[in-house]
Amino acid sequence: MNRINTKLQANKKLLSIYFTAGYPQINDTVSIIKSLEDHGVDMIEIGLPFSDPLADGPTIQASSTQALKNGMTSELLFEQLKDIRKTVNIPLLIMGYFNPIFQYGVEAFCQKCEDIGIDGLIIPDLPVDVYCNDYKAIFEKHGLINVFLITPQTSDDRIHYIDSISNGFIYMVSSASTTGAKVGFGDEQTQYFERIGKMNLNNPQIVGFGISNNETFTQATQYAKGAIIGSAFVKHVTKEGVDKIESFVKGVLI
Amino acid sequence: MKTYNVNEKGYYGEFGGAFIPEMLYPNVEELRQNYLKIMAEPEFQKEFNQLLKDYVGRPSPLYFAKRLSEKYNTKIYLKREDLNHTGAHKVNNTIGQILMAKRLGKTRIIAETGAGQHGVATATVCALMGLQCIVYMGEIDIARQAPNVARMKMLGAEVRAALSGSKTLKDATNEAIRDWINNPVDTHYIIGSVVGPHPYPDMVARFQSVISEEIQWQLKEQEGKTQPDYIIACVGGGSNAAGAYYHFLDDESVNLIAVEAAGLGVDSGESAATSALGKEGIIHGSKTLLMQTNDGQITEPYSISAGLDYPGVGPMHAHLFKTGRAEFISITDNQAMTAGLELCQLEGIIPAIESSHALAVFEHKTFKPDDIVILNLSGRGDKDLDTYINHFNL
Repeated sequence: MNRINTKLQANKKLLSIYFTAGYPQINDTVSIIKSLEDHGVDMIEIGLPFSDPLADGPTIQASSTQALKNGMTSELLFEQLKDIRKTVNIPLLIMGYFNPIFQYGVEAFCQKCEDIGIDGLIIPDLPVDVYCNDYKAIFEKHGLINVFLITPQTSDDRIHYIDSISNGFIYMVSSASTTGAKVGFGDEQTQYFERIGKMNLNNPQIVGFGISNNETFTQATQYAKGAIIGSAFVKHVTKEGVDKIESFVKGVLI
Repeated sequence: MKTYNVNEKGYYGEFGGAFIPEMLYPNVEELRQNYLKIMAEPEFQKEFNQLLKDYVGRPSPLYFAKRLSEKYNTKIYLKREDLNHTGAHKVNNTIGQILMAKRLGKTRIIAETGAGQHGVATATVCALMGLQCIVYMGEIDIARQAPNVARMKMLGAEVRAALSGSKTLKDATNEAIRDWINNPVDTHYIIGSVVGPHPYPDMVARFQSVISEEIQWQLKEQEGKTQPDYIIACVGGGSNAAGAYYHFLDDESVNLIAVEAAGLGVDSGESAATSALGKEGIIHGSKTLLMQTNDGQITEPYSISAGLDYPGVGPMHAHLFKTGRAEFISITDNQAMTAGLELCQLEGIIPAIESSHALAVFEHKTFKPDDIVILNLSGRGDKDLDTYINHFNL
């Protein structure tokens, strides 16, 4: 069974962390992953940097720009990760925009992911219908789970459709925004979380966007299986470097 | 029937589509479901045509350029988009889209701009309709296009600096898209070219198609036939070319010539010749040809003309290139500037540097004496005076 599915069965709320590969230093990728696992993080999204990250706010944009300046590429990321499964057991996903994956070759990219032990992909600008028509068979052949996003504006019909083609979890974007744009939740989010909760979806939901600390993590996971922190973690390593990851994770999980 | 136009799924051959994050889906889907219906409404047509006539000053003349024709020993007509209100073809699209936005109930307009022409055209129609207008512009472009920044401000628009990436047009487009993600309900995004996710390339091409529609009847009046032998247009994103080609796309007796900016030379590393340098990929929500590294990172183009300085082309043009339906020619900065000055001196028309690229084709391709060649003169050169002054030490 895919590590993501196994993890989703655990009787706990899951903390997932996003970081940008190759940032702050080009060779931080593996040490960040190990440190996150050591300190109790349940799942990791490894950000493949892109020159034009449309769905990201300033924090992740800046980290992506720096990672590319540092020399990060798809090939280098795969090289850095080649022995990752000798030491790391939690689910690992790669999150990136479609163009670098398309240039690498979707089949070749998926093959590399399988070789390394990557469990899933999150590609925000790969549309659901294109995925289903052109790439689903390739992803499945290589044992990869593709994770789709929903937002407060996504219609019930579309959520049911996305649920029907998902086989891991649904990435529930907490508000209409780019990453890191809004912090905390208001009534709109609570209503949205409750609405989704009542839909009895087949796939568990993990909330992303707007989560930065214990308070927001607790709020989000009141309704969902887990939550993802991205911008707040990238800010943390920008300020504190990679040696103080423990304090960040402990601050969230308390 | 074989067609070079968009199919019902939003593709031109293998190019196009809507490669957008889910956060944009409701906005783009709302537009996709409504744009053809709204455009077909008689009231919409009436208002659009009335504004094009009374406000923009259409039809733009189809002018037989006698001295230019004599010099190159062929029959050259200039389609005078430079005479439109705000000085270029851009306003055809912004008039259409502002009417679209109103019918969709939107109250807030955003746009991207490179040189500022589309920003000015958007600010203009927002002033006309009394709608809030925010224009994203790269920080570097704001510094080098001060007069257009001032125009937008005078017209009541807020100009926001795009500080990310290379701080030019592609980053301004990214910022506008991010704004739309963050404002999904009340905002319409007026894209300035035939780029972006479906239905934008098709919608913008339809608004610009007034150019080729007029060419048909104007040529009939002057030459007794509706079809020219050639149509020449410059291509950055490609909206003026799309408009000039539109009604001739599937008539292969009409030869289409697309002119891209070679910058300092196609192989110089300082170029915007996407057809020569680009590969298939995704930019701003569309699958098309774009300039990128082997690793799929989008690169920064260069041209002396800010309007051609875009790392991609619209999906229609990618398809016209791939199928060979249009001939693509690259013109350097120097070739364009020389051709621009020549038009000033032969015809008394100061062209935009974008259009000067199209004009340079006459030095590089020979036409027959009885060929009818239509050149889409997409804009006027007022905005480029500083560049002309510096280039020719005027």
